[in-house]
Amino acid sequence: MRLQFVLAEIGSGLRRNLSMVVSVILVTFVSLTFVGAAGMLQLQINQMKGYWYDKVQVAIFLCSDGSTATGCATGPATPEQQDNVAKLLASPAVSQYVNDFQFESKDDAYKHFKEQFSNSPIVDSVTPDQLPASFRINMKDPEKYQIISETFSSQAGVETVIDQRQLLERLFSVMNAASLVAVSVAGVMIVCAILLIATTIRLSAFSRRRETGIMRLVGASKIVIQLPFILEGVIAAVIGAVLASGTLWAVAHFFLGGYLSKQYPDTAFISAGQTLVLAPALIGLGVLLAGVSSLLTLRRYLRV
Amino acid sequence: MIRFENVTKVYDQTARPALDKINLEIDRGEFAFLVGASGSGKSTFLRLVLKEDRASSGAVYVAGQNVANISSWRVPRLRRGIGVVFQDFRLLPQKTVFANVAFAMQVIGKSRSVIRDTVPEVLKTVGLEGKENRLPHELSGGEQQRVAIARAVVNRPGILLADEPTGNLDPTTSMGIMGVLDKINQNGTTVVMATHDDDIVNEMRKRVVELRNGIVIRDEARALYTSMIPVVGQSRRLRDASGRDAEPAPDPAGTTRTEVRDAGENQL
Repeated sequence: MRLQFVLAEIGSGLRRNLSMVVSVILVTFVSLTFVGAAGMLQLQINQMKGYWYDKVQVAIFLCSDGSTATGCATGPATPEQQDNVAKLLASPAVSQYVNDFQFESKDDAYKHFKEQFSNSPIVDSVTPDQLPASFRINMKDPEKYQIISETFSSQAGVETVIDQRQLLERLFSVMNAASLVAVSVAGVMIVCAILLIATTIRLSAFSRRRETGIMRLVGASKIVIQLPFILEGVIAAVIGAVLASGTLWAVAHFFLGGYLSKQYPDTAFISAGQTLVLAPALIGLGVLLAGVSSLLTLRRYLRV
Repeated sequence: MIRFENVTKVYDQTARPALDKINLEIDRGEFAFLVGASGSGKSTFLRLVLKEDRASSGAVYVAGQNVANISSWRVPRLRRGIGVVFQDFRLLPQKTVFANVAFAMQVIGKSRSVIRDTVPEVLKTVGLEGKENRLPHELSGGEQQRVAIARAVVNRPGILLADEPTGNLDPTTSMGIMGVLDKINQNGTTVVMATHDDDIVNEMRKRVVELRNGIVIRDEARALYTSMIPVVGQSRRLRDASGRDAEPAPDPAGTTRTEVRDAGENQL
């Protein structure tokens, strides 16, 4: 009975205040979309980092079947050449710059490649043979990349030495800047949302002051009086959050999956499904900001 | 049922207190009128009983409990034991008579079947059978006040506070309302009614507590609106005016208080 009563109160509150409720929905929708966009950029950065990015700085790729580099004229790297590289890495001259290193076989490479490009059609056309084996090196000082490069570039069986950070870091800094912008916009929009929710609840409390006055007099509990107002704000915010989650999913599905991944097949993009991990966070954030702002408003404008 | 011990209420430090060291006890099942000019402290008295305000000093006991010791989340329970009726009825205009009364039960979580059984019974008590489905604007003022009374007593409170319930009604209708209040009082509910309506007070012959400038100046059982004891031959307006003149130098507590109540009613 009490639940039914609270639900009926919420319904009448939402109807009476429809235009305000719609604006709360839109404002939370926009602000949470920006929050979600920042989250999506971070997901994308993680996706592009792949398996090795956070673990090592420098990769020494060995010659494989398809290698066209000059050092690979003799064909794929032989096991002896591979051993030589490993020995050299362990020798005192080099190991003073190296924390540790790992060997990635062709099969390992294939496994990691499949993980990273799981959302891309390219994964079906690649076989383990086409992928180079590599040594992945965790440097004591990443700035000393040049020394490794000079030492190993001329080794027999080495296709190329790559400083991964240099390749991706510029891109990542752009993406990080973009997420910062998104978060800033989101911050401003969230302030708007909080103020708007507070105003809406205030109006709602004002338009129902007769009812709440009577409820107070006949001894309705604080929860029964306040809950409809709080839930009103929370419901509007949740609708906004769901819309924001849907928008992010649509962007990932249609823009990243349907357009960008065809334009840049060698880049790993996040899947639409991955954006859904953001949805609970966005809904939670919506509930939190609506709940807190309506609670604070009610403390001031609805005496119990 | 209601006991004020040395209660003072100050709204504004610079002005005189709204209530000044009030000592008063209203027993279970009693019917008491609270009379006095506007600003004499009647409404403040009622607000303190409801814990709408805190007394500045002194203690207010309702049903044996000091309201100052009731934590805020228990205040609703206190208010469930007190029904309130106002001069302006305060009905919900878009709800029917039945729904207005049922509202008071819904919000404290009474089940639908209990509501279905209780509301018609209470409406019968206040004399509104057959008008369950009317809207407030389709009723006369007297009938609206009956709805308000039904709503105030539907949860069977031990105390009914009425703040000038007949203020908007003509004398005949007012007597009808008094009949309803009296019936509720007969059923064991303590009734405290603040009023300006001298005809009603004179007709009912109940206990009268007269306040002036926050002080109880008269507390008589089975009394009239104007005291029969002091100053004979003066109209009410003149007496009020003389009261205001005396304001800067209030009499020491007790000297102007005429205690004509039965001795048995005075024990705490």
